[in-house]
Amino acid sequence: MIGEHFPVLIPVSLLVGAVVSVPLGLWRGSLSRLVALLATGFSVVAAGVGLRHVLRAGEMRYSLGGWPPPIGIEYVADPLALFVVLVVTGVGFAVTVYSKRSLERESPQNHVPFNAVALLFLAGLSGMVMTGDLFNLYVFLEIASLAAYALVAAGEKRAPVAAFRYLVLGTVGASCYLLGVGFLYLATGSLNMADVRAILPLLPHYRLPFIALCLMVIGLGLKMALFPLHVWLPDAYTYASSVGSAYLAPVGTKVAAYALMRVWFGVFGPVAYALPIGAMLVVASVAGILVGSIMAMAQNDLKRMLAYSSVAQVGYIGLGIGLASPLGFIGAVLHILNHAVMKATLFLVSGALAYRFGTTSILPMDDRLRRAMPWTSAAFAVAALSMIGLPPTAGFFSKWYLALACLKAESWPLVAVIALSSLLNAVYFFRVLERMYLRKASAEERIPGPPASNPGEAPPSMLIPILILGLGVLLIGLANAWIVEKVIKLAIPSGL
Amino acid sequence: METYGSWVPVWAVACSLAASGMILASSRRPNLREFWTLSAAGVKFALILTLVPEALAHRVAEARLFAIAPGIDLTLRADPLGVFFALVSSALWIVTSCYSVGYMRGLSEHKQTRYFACFAVCLSSTVGIAFAANLLTFVIFYEMLTIATYPLVIHKETPEAVSAGRKYLAYTLTAGVVLLVATAWTYELTGTLEFRPGGFLGSETAPAATCVWLFVLFMSGAAVKSALMPLHGWLPTAMIAPTPVSALLHAVAVVKAGVFAVIRIVGFVFGPATLSALGLQTYLACLAGLTMILASVLAFHQDNLKRRLAYSTIGHLSYIVLGAALLTPASLAGSLLHLASHATMKITLFFCAGALHVQLHKEKISELDGVARQMPWTMGAFAVASLGLAGLPPLNGFVSKWYLGLGALQAAQPLAFALFLLAGLLSAGYFLPILYRAFCRAPQPEAEPSQTPHQEGASGHDASAWITFPLLITAALSLILGLFPNLLFHFWSLAHLVSDSILNGGSP
Repeated sequence: MIGEHFPVLIPVSLLVGAVVSVPLGLWRGSLSRLVALLATGFSVVAAGVGLRHVLRAGEMRYSLGGWPPPIGIEYVADPLALFVVLVVTGVGFAVTVYSKRSLERESPQNHVPFNAVALLFLAGLSGMVMTGDLFNLYVFLEIASLAAYALVAAGEKRAPVAAFRYLVLGTVGASCYLLGVGFLYLATGSLNMADVRAILPLLPHYRLPFIALCLMVIGLGLKMALFPLHVWLPDAYTYASSVGSAYLAPVGTKVAAYALMRVWFGVFGPVAYALPIGAMLVVASVAGILVGSIMAMAQNDLKRMLAYSSVAQVGYIGLGIGLASPLGFIGAVLHILNHAVMKATLFLVSGALAYRFGTTSILPMDDRLRRAMPWTSAAFAVAALSMIGLPPTAGFFSKWYLALACLKAESWPLVAVIALSSLLNAVYFFRVLERMYLRKASAEERIPGPPASNPGEAPPSMLIPILILGLGVLLIGLANAWIVEKVIKLAIPSGL
Repeated sequence: METYGSWVPVWAVACSLAASGMILASSRRPNLREFWTLSAAGVKFALILTLVPEALAHRVAEARLFAIAPGIDLTLRADPLGVFFALVSSALWIVTSCYSVGYMRGLSEHKQTRYFACFAVCLSSTVGIAFAANLLTFVIFYEMLTIATYPLVIHKETPEAVSAGRKYLAYTLTAGVVLLVATAWTYELTGTLEFRPGGFLGSETAPAATCVWLFVLFMSGAAVKSALMPLHGWLPTAMIAPTPVSALLHAVAVVKAGVFAVIRIVGFVFGPATLSALGLQTYLACLAGLTMILASVLAFHQDNLKRRLAYSTIGHLSYIVLGAALLTPASLAGSLLHLASHATMKITLFFCAGALHVQLHKEKISELDGVARQMPWTMGAFAVASLGLAGLPPLNGFVSKWYLGLGALQAAQPLAFALFLLAGLLSAGYFLPILYRAFCRAPQPEAEPSQTPHQEGASGHDASAWITFPLLITAALSLILGLFPNLLFHFWSLAHLVSDSILNGGSP
């Protein structure tokens, strides 16, 4: 019965896809893309079916190789995991559909390895989400990270430096996490998340677990680009190729945030409440929200602006986690979805601009852009309104739950930060929108013209994912109550 | 009040939203595009008109759509207050649409499709605001209105228009965020956001200090759109927009949504009991009184006709807010009646200003010498509307001010009464010089022969029928509603029904 195997099927199908796509791609170039589409498409379907099943029948556990959990590796398919996997694979599928033409333009030589690395990246992320084993999480974290370094390095001329910096910092982060796992293993003698959770309260003292938790939070905080551990992010996202940053930005940091929730809420739970982890996360997130937004205002390159905006948006998620309340959790998880869809839309739009105009600089933008690409511009506008948090787009509701959570915690400064950040977002997104829609094309200062042969929208394989994701921003906003009631509320960890 | 399920409020909101899609789709065919605008306006008005008898019979149409957030439904409810506001805005949308067609074509404006599409979305949001049954639904439509009006404010796309748009967004987005915070806080405290006549937020649900903070937040959210000083700065700046937009902003949609928000919050969130227990309405009344006088004084300084009208608007909106703050039966009814009568009169005045711009390219008051001879109908309507705003009988401005004054006396606030009188005099003071110039002075000799490309229009007669008819209709409405306040739309009965429901906490 294949149904009971599906928790493991998603990462495995992506891994197999990554391995198979290289020889097939070397044989016939177009096959690697076909494999990528099949693998991501299959994983989306599997995640959707799995989520549906789990919502009906409750969580599923799968023992790898038939070894029972405390010894063998366990995969856990609960609503939260499948929800996040659905987000990851859904965005991944959209970007894979989009990638063909953009890759042909930006890196025509190496699209075969690029596809394989992208699949590896998605496999790593979905493995991180599905696993119920702390060490296995590290393994998938490294798979995803190594793939991410490669995705960055495949970008433009300055990308290798950014990738190297990302590699150094990312390795520090992963090592911190691994050290944490080591300490935890020392204290509890187990690596299985559920097992560790059961053992922890029985320990005579918590010195080792607390050191472990601190190390893991720092490591995952670095991976999720929590301020001030975000310094690798702007360069990496800016200099990666359009497709590369479209893979990385929407889901890369989110899965680290998810892992943080798993470790903090799922493994440690009430034991960790003696440590001020939540307060620390909140402070770092608030700083990230403000600094990210302010830095985003100062950027003259669209991708770089979006990168700094990611730092701010990760702050939203960190804030929701740090509040450690059911409403904060809802806000954080919903924002994982919302931000993934919004940021994917925005990065795909910036890729389409790069495809048509050869640049993503904000300064020379003018209304010829909107004239040439009305639908792309509209999708950008919707996603931008959602980033600002205007109803009825998805971003409004992230803001709503986070504001409720802050009010519940009676922390007025946080409410003010959320309000302020929405206005800061308005400043830098309207700066782009104004140029896109209102600035007249002038003779001397213009975007290097679109190739005369094919002016207009990006090709359909790029435009359709943009439009679907843009529409998704609206639909998620309208359906947010349904998502929260049917999925996220079921996933609220016990003890919050 | 009994409620019954009905989809009419939903259709009333949806029809212009659908029309905006059709408008965008038919951008290449202007006549078809204008057909969508006008038919949506007609359908919307007819739909809302069907709700009037029900509202008068104490029956409230309600449509629960779906949960927009856990525990909060997107709900539209056509209670008397909502029907009143929706009626005013949808009726005036019809005339504004006709006028817009004439104005935009008369000036051969660019991007007319965007203009008409945004206009339609604005009206959807306005009716959504009117029918919103809870605060979250209200906030959603309130923000939609902000976004839909932005492209209208920056329509000309000149640097001044763009910077006016920035200012507009800076004010209104901040207000929206503040309102959202207040809404979230209310939800956190009470667990409900449902509007209730007489209010749902009180000493039993929240401590006094919290209520005060909430009131401040709610009012600063609402005061931006209702242009209460010192949050009025965006409004004169936004005068850069085309005149029909100013007419919409100042008479129908944005600022009226602001005062409507004030009435909703005063009457249906806090309620008279909570407010008087905390003495909050006094502060609101002081602010409104101050704005009323200051704006009127500032209006004297403006030579640009539209800017003078803008300051006059700021002053008259404060009449409505002051009426709501006095919390007596007559003042609340008067405040609502003034919402309607200011709408008809101010829209007339803006239409006239636009007609002068289209026909004579005159925007300054100092250029208006003798224009009444060139455009007799237009200036006739201008005279009717401006005298109405000054409060002369038998115009509808007199009726609403009568009730406002009566309300001030009921509340035993002679100061408020004196302020109403003074502001009326000031209104007369800044409108009469315009009338004097237009009617009594001889026309200035036109020295420059090639002032504009539209030469044939510069010779003296009224603008095209698309422009002149709407302004005559709104002027006639001001007169008719002054003579028979209850004729046609039952404004008088509705206003009294609302004030009863607020003051008696919903029990008949």
